[in-house]
Amino acid sequence: MMNLLEAKFKMDYPGFNLDVEMRLPSKGVTVVFGPSGSGKTTLLRCLSGLEKGALGYLKIDGHVWQDEERFTPIQDRKIGLVFQESRLFPHLNIQKNLLYGYQRTFPGERNLQVDEVVQVLNLESLLRRRPEKLSGGERQRVAIGRALLTSPKLLLMDEPLASLDMQLKAEIIPFIKRIENEFKTPIIYVTHSMNEVLQLVDTMVILKAGKVENIGPVEEVFSDVRSREAVGDEQLGGVLETLVSEHDEGFGLTKLDFMGQVLHVPRQYIPVGQSLRVHIHSKDVILSTLPPAGATSVLNILRAKVKKVGELQSKGYSVDIELDAGRPILATITRKSLAKLNLQPGQPIYAHIKAIKMMHELEGL
Amino acid sequence: MDISLIDAEPIWISLKLAGVTVVILLVLGTPIAWWLTQTRSRSRVVIEALVALPLVLPPTVLGFYLLILLGPHGWVGGPVQALTGSALSFSFLGLVLASTLYSLPFVVQPLHSAFESIGKMPMETAQSLGASQLDAFFSVITPLARRGYLTAIVLGFAHTLGEFGVVLMVGGNIPGKTKVISIEIYDRVEVLEYTQAHILSAGLLIFSFLVLVMVYSINRKLPLQVT
Repeated sequence: MMNLLEAKFKMDYPGFNLDVEMRLPSKGVTVVFGPSGSGKTTLLRCLSGLEKGALGYLKIDGHVWQDEERFTPIQDRKIGLVFQESRLFPHLNIQKNLLYGYQRTFPGERNLQVDEVVQVLNLESLLRRRPEKLSGGERQRVAIGRALLTSPKLLLMDEPLASLDMQLKAEIIPFIKRIENEFKTPIIYVTHSMNEVLQLVDTMVILKAGKVENIGPVEEVFSDVRSREAVGDEQLGGVLETLVSEHDEGFGLTKLDFMGQVLHVPRQYIPVGQSLRVHIHSKDVILSTLPPAGATSVLNILRAKVKKVGELQSKGYSVDIELDAGRPILATITRKSLAKLNLQPGQPIYAHIKAIKMMHELEGL
Repeated sequence: MDISLIDAEPIWISLKLAGVTVVILLVLGTPIAWWLTQTRSRSRVVIEALVALPLVLPPTVLGFYLLILLGPHGWVGGPVQALTGSALSFSFLGLVLASTLYSLPFVVQPLHSAFESIGKMPMETAQSLGASQLDAFFSVITPLARRGYLTAIVLGFAHTLGEFGVVLMVGGNIPGKTKVISIEIYDRVEVLEYTQAHILSAGLLIFSFLVLVMVYSINRKLPLQVT
């Protein structure tokens, strides 16, 4: 079985147990998300082979790296590690830092070449310099490049942006996206801050107290009520992968194609045909059982089906409705509205989307 | 002062002894210091105490037991005499062995604290980039610990140069063989040749002072932080 990562780890510390079992596509970006103390870093150390005491199983793209009998040591796992601190070697200049892992990779296994990594990460002007002369963001780019040059089967990143300020974060994220696009290296990215990676994530793993609380494609996790506590009420709703289909210069809008339906957002400076990921908040989804008749100021109306009517929320007045608009979306409406609409699973519905946010507009980024 | 009054032989023996001892100590001290940094074993404190013992022990005590050990009837000296015809006490080789033990803490401790301050991260990072432990040790840890190595070399050398008690107990005072500077000074004072004693003492004093100035300025000039 290719493009699959299967992992199972158990570790007991006093006061903390990690007990994780997960199957992930080994492509795209997987974000392991959870508050501090949820076991994210421990899980990452288990995956990389840094935790020799971990009982577990790890198989990636058909290769078993760890089971009851085998334990492939870290230097033989084809894993690239990027830490919160760049951990560049202070006694080597940038070029030698970059080459450290490259030189220790068999020539036949070098899928990525120095020139292309230097170019994609824009490192050319840094090569002769020493680590201490670089800014935090530059250092982190070098660290990513150095890890990539071992041609890893998997790139593990442990809060790589946590020590950077907003501006530097925004500067690095496009590079991570480019890595994924151009080198096809699957990335597992550990973070406690959702916003910094919403633009990147394909698969989400939510950890809580050492256990996997939710796991799945980002669209599903973000429209799943079980994620409410972890991702936060203000993030729950829907993550929609759309394509830019047309720019309407007259009205200053951009049309997006989402599963054959049209969404309008303010003019985006993104070429037609490119993908754009947008976010919808569940409280911004207004439901109506009838097709929009006559005038409405709402531009974005999606045809969908009611998938499931959720449980009453603790506050007592609102209910979560799971919708299927080709991809899952969550709507939060009042109990009173629910009674009025009398929603049943399978029922066709019109979802009026009051607000669409671009990922880069999300709070904190 | 007339330098020609000075017998050069003890100086040469001292330098040779210190040089050989430091080389042996670097080879021996590196794994000991590294082990001390890495291990969680309970025997760690025992090893640490053993390494530090020469710091607190009167040199005569160490010298006395070494004399017994290395002598013709000792556990080490006996078999060596049976093999080679002469025991290790009162020989240059015996002096090297004694100095190695005596100066051990002066090499192990700077290395140990250098390795401690480097921490686990550089090793983990190097291994994640495909380096074996040994490879990572020589390509990353050693260069990062160069300050510790310089301190260890200088202190080990200077301390061996200055030892007296242990040398006297184990090596005696055989001109051209085991007579080192410190003992030569003692001999000169005994026969009231203060001029010669003065030249040698001042030489050793200045040398030791310069060495320490070097160590402290190295520690200042080589700030190596891991970023």
